[in-house]
Amino acid sequence: MAVDVSIRISGQAGQGIQSISAIMGKIFTRHGYYVFINQDAESRIRGGHNFDQIRVKDQPVYAIGDKVDYLICLDGNAVDSDLPDLDENGIMIYDGEKSNFQSGNSHHFSIPLEQFAEQAGKSKIMVNSVATGAAFALMGFELQPLLDRLKEEFAAKGGEVVENNQNSASSGYRYVKNNFKGISANQIPTGPFKKQKLLLNGSQAMALGAICSGLKFYSGYPMSPATPIMELIASVTDQYNIILEQAEDEIAAINMVIGAAFAGVRAMTATSGGGFSLMVEGLGLAGMTETPAVVVVAQRPGPATGLPTRTEQGDLQFVIHASHGEFPRAVLAPGHAEQAFYLMAKAFNLAESYQTPVIVLGDQHLNDSYYTVDHLALDQIPIDRGSIRFDDQISSVKDYKRYAGQETGISPRILPGLSEAVLYADSDEHTEAGHITESADIRIRMVNKRMRKLEGIRRQMASPKISPSKKSDIVLLGWGSIYGAIKETVQLLNHEGIDAQMIHFSEIFPFSAVPFLTNLKKKTKIFAVENNFTGQFADIFTQQTGISIFHKILKYDGRPFAPQEIVKQVKEQI
Amino acid sequence: MKKKIVSVQDFESDDPIAWCPGCGNFSILKALKQAFVELGKKPHEIAIVSGIGQAPKTPHYLRCNAFNGLHGRTLPVATGIKLANHDLTVLAEGGDGDGYAEGGNHFLHAMRRNIDMTYLVHNNQVYGLTKGQTSPTSGLGFVTKTSPTGSTSPQLNPLLLAIASDCSFVARGFAGEVEHLTALIKDAILHKGFAFIDILQPCVTFNRVNTFKWYADRVYPVDDGPGYDSSDRITAFTKALQWGDRIPIGIIYRQGRPTLDGQLSAITGQSLVTQQIDSESFSSIFESFK
Repeated sequence: MAVDVSIRISGQAGQGIQSISAIMGKIFTRHGYYVFINQDAESRIRGGHNFDQIRVKDQPVYAIGDKVDYLICLDGNAVDSDLPDLDENGIMIYDGEKSNFQSGNSHHFSIPLEQFAEQAGKSKIMVNSVATGAAFALMGFELQPLLDRLKEEFAAKGGEVVENNQNSASSGYRYVKNNFKGISANQIPTGPFKKQKLLLNGSQAMALGAICSGLKFYSGYPMSPATPIMELIASVTDQYNIILEQAEDEIAAINMVIGAAFAGVRAMTATSGGGFSLMVEGLGLAGMTETPAVVVVAQRPGPATGLPTRTEQGDLQFVIHASHGEFPRAVLAPGHAEQAFYLMAKAFNLAESYQTPVIVLGDQHLNDSYYTVDHLALDQIPIDRGSIRFDDQISSVKDYKRYAGQETGISPRILPGLSEAVLYADSDEHTEAGHITESADIRIRMVNKRMRKLEGIRRQMASPKISPSKKSDIVLLGWGSIYGAIKETVQLLNHEGIDAQMIHFSEIFPFSAVPFLTNLKKKTKIFAVENNFTGQFADIFTQQTGISIFHKILKYDGRPFAPQEIVKQVKEQI
Repeated sequence: MKKKIVSVQDFESDDPIAWCPGCGNFSILKALKQAFVELGKKPHEIAIVSGIGQAPKTPHYLRCNAFNGLHGRTLPVATGIKLANHDLTVLAEGGDGDGYAEGGNHFLHAMRRNIDMTYLVHNNQVYGLTKGQTSPTSGLGFVTKTSPTGSTSPQLNPLLLAIASDCSFVARGFAGEVEHLTALIKDAILHKGFAFIDILQPCVTFNRVNTFKWYADRVYPVDDGPGYDSSDRITAFTKALQWGDRIPIGIIYRQGRPTLDGQLSAITGQSLVTQQIDSESFSSIFESFK
């Protein structure tokens, strides 16, 4: 029987929701399942109402489900707020001693979570581990993998922390085994246990992609939801000889990146829309000085501070147009974690090959959500450093001109200090030698030279993913993190006999040639699905293809789409 | 191996100079070239980062590696360059608008980091490139087109700010004292850490108050020795407060403390830019995600 189970862990900020969702997610992954975990968190450190939802499937999964099969309530408020989302046959774990809720439903299990936490774990902070133990018993899992996993997770915090968590989990597990014998609803069959697949979120995938591409320098200023990228890189700087400098602001961050890239190393920064607003002038500096720079923008709802911990795709037009003047750039927007890894590698290759900035656009939904990934292949990310000529090849270079290379727009690049040649880079309009000029002729030549690179980049942009490939009556058109939701929407529609396909763009700007257009029937109805108010990608699509889009499914409440809500809206419009 | 002797000619640029005749920048340029020659630095061993203004044109008039970036953003770019290739002698150069207005925050944090580089601020107490507006170092009551009834804010004291920020080398030079300035620049480059020189630079076009004569009548050298201990922070504060009839020039404050680049394990061996990327080394990176 197909497995598709959603587990929601709900409670307050500070109750360890994210640590246990990662613990559980990894165990499911090791049992051979695919998981997708999304975070729904408030912008606070303690209190409030947060949840993580883990979807466990026997096939790859990239989107949230519409029903909750297991609800694990870590505090009394969670019962009130989340019970309406629980499937009618769903299972709930809650602490009856800490809640006014009284249930007659045999699938609602009251367990003295806090009492066990204090007894077995010596602190009520251990409520999360008690609940996890209880949930594992109800799902039909063995206890030992959970105990091993807790040890792995908390080993760095010392033996006592490991022991308290293990004792807490055991007490919850045993309580269920002793008190709820014969319960078998919604059990998840356990397969062979092995460490093979990966479980990682979009930020981790981006950081890994950068590191494996030879990242040497990172500078950034903390901002949700981009900060975990910086934190992962910071944790391996000694291992891989990377320099990470926390900047005083995002202006400094991008300018440090430009300095490091000018000196010849692979360099990047990551931020969200607000921080990127500060980087915008620097982005143009990279364009004008022809310096490679990789910038991750993990979007969140704006403007201004917006909804700091939630998701939106509201910055696409902004990043495409950011900074004054005209210069070449690329914008990539991965659809899921695996793609985020590979597109980071592509971003560095494009940035160095075309000596210009490349933006990788994520969002809170992509960056914070965990995905099971079968495999990441280092041999699929070759490192292309473009036209850089290292010291042994350039000993004879005299009168080097930094901005030569009219034909392709790509200048031969040397690095300062590695030969006797010297180079000038300038943010003013400049001659081939890099000196300030006011000449109209040179201005025209230099603009042409720079913009010629945009055509080169355009040829490197991959076509959108079309699935299934046959022409269909309905197209779900999307970009970036919307991938999982529209992919599953198409599956659900097809299952109901509705002829639909997905067209998903992850390499967005410059907009690539349009072979996919032959895939459209004359009467195909195109539904643009986006997490924003205006349908920003739909506008680009129309501008580039001349095809008007009459159906837009837009969501801007800061939450991701569930496939079922798209299905409903499609059906209403056909 | 005998070191190749460099001369001033090695630093000549063919880019035509666009400063006003008589500008204080000419003497700063001269001092800079002379300092490089006396230190035996070759053009390719030097990288100068500049911002936007009249002073930031300086690197174009020299032969060396140069990055002429954005207004106020010299120090972050210079920091990136130094961290990527610490074998380079890195200088940052700008004016008082560039460094003390637009780039003020970067100045504070560069001093805090104590990255090994030299920062020269050509301080003419007025905006030159944009044609004569009030600067953060313009005196109280200074009349310009943006402050027609006189500047209402007192002038910023960059030396005081630097000493308070624990900058490890704080000095003041004067464009009218080229030999003294040359020696200061040499000391700054040799200093291990962030070396800051505020250079009094007369603007012959837009500043009719702080002229060559005005400065020349007031400056006097403060030299290390029996009379002055530049490692004494309190004495340095007292000196930095002096302005008006007598203006001290020289090394006001100096101390040794760890540099940013000296503390990074990634570059204890060789500079980042000369390290090869070894894809094999990443093969175990995925294990903790399984």
